Amino acid sequence: MSWLSVIIAGLITYITRFSMITFVNSKMMSKKVRLVLSYVPSTVFPAIIFPSVFFDDYGYFVEVNDPKIFGILTAIIIGYFFRNIIATIISGLFVYWIFIL
Amino acid sequence: MSSKFSIFKKGLIDISPLLIPVIPFGIIFGAIGIELGFSPLITYATSLIIFGGASQIVFIQLLSGGASSLVAITSVGVINSRHFLYGAVLTEYLEKLSLIKKLIISYLITDQTFAVSSRYFKENKINNNSHYHLIGAGVILWTTWQLTTIIGIFLGSIVPDEWGLKFAIPLTFLAIIINEFRKLDHVLVMLISGISSLVFFDLPFKAYIIITPLIGLLSALIIIRIKESL
Repeated sequence: MSWLSVIIAGLITYITRFSMITFVNSKMMSKKVRLVLSYVPSTVFPAIIFPSVFFDDYGYFVEVNDPKIFGILTAIIIGYFFRNIIATIISGLFVYWIFIL
Repeated sequence: MSSKFSIFKKGLIDISPLLIPVIPFGIIFGAIGIELGFSPLITYATSLIIFGGASQIVFIQLLSGGASSLVAITSVGVINSRHFLYGAVLTEYLEKLSLIKKLIISYLITDQTFAVSSRYFKENKINNNSHYHLIGAGVILWTTWQLTTIIGIFLGSIVPDEWGLKFAIPLTFLAIIINEFRKLDHVLVMLISGISSLVFFDLPFKAYIIITPLIGLLSALIIIRIKESL
């Protein structure tokens, strides 16, 4: 990882932060655009979650009984009912560790 | 008019419950940086320069998996594009600040500071010191993120590989979006995006991480249209 890419990534992130506040007033962004942007987390994060759960380190599909499947299912259930970030992560890791350690 | 310091303190107190999940997240990030083979210095530098937890994890994960810098940088931009949304809301309350102040405060805009400060701005009469709420919340969040990254970097060199700490990555992201699981439209977008990421996973340069959000947002747009026409 080169320093240049870290700096560029940082600059781009900074642009996402200051551009609206500095150059745009609140009326310039349409309701529609705001509504679509509110879906960004729901599309970006599954793109990370799915491959890292369903593929192994070599890019092959894991078995149905892979520890990661049990871990993520546990985390989904705990997270859905308790809506707690830490409980979601810990429960998933805990079940995963039960199977691999 | 409340004093600068009391508003600053209010921001600090308001954000404190949200710091609890940031602590393990920062530690996980630092530890994963080391586990994926990055040097302690550059792992820490991402926390200082990018200062955006989820995007930092994706950034180092993609680069360690052989993605090109262009793809990794673009995906940081896509993930952090939600700041546009926050800025669009906050600009109304920060309009009167000088350019310098706007530039400084911008660095502190995050999911957590936006959540607490936008609520504060909405519920309180805006005065010349209101922005100190966001500064107070931002400074404590920033400090927490920097310190926990450093702790994680130390732990990462101690934690054995067999623990499979990498699995904390999908779990952390799942936890971030867990509140949307009760909204059918969001769940639909998640499933479409997840399946798309699996389908396009083998494209060169890890391009799936750019293509998937495009497909996801397009389906969000279609879902919005359908909801409107109902």
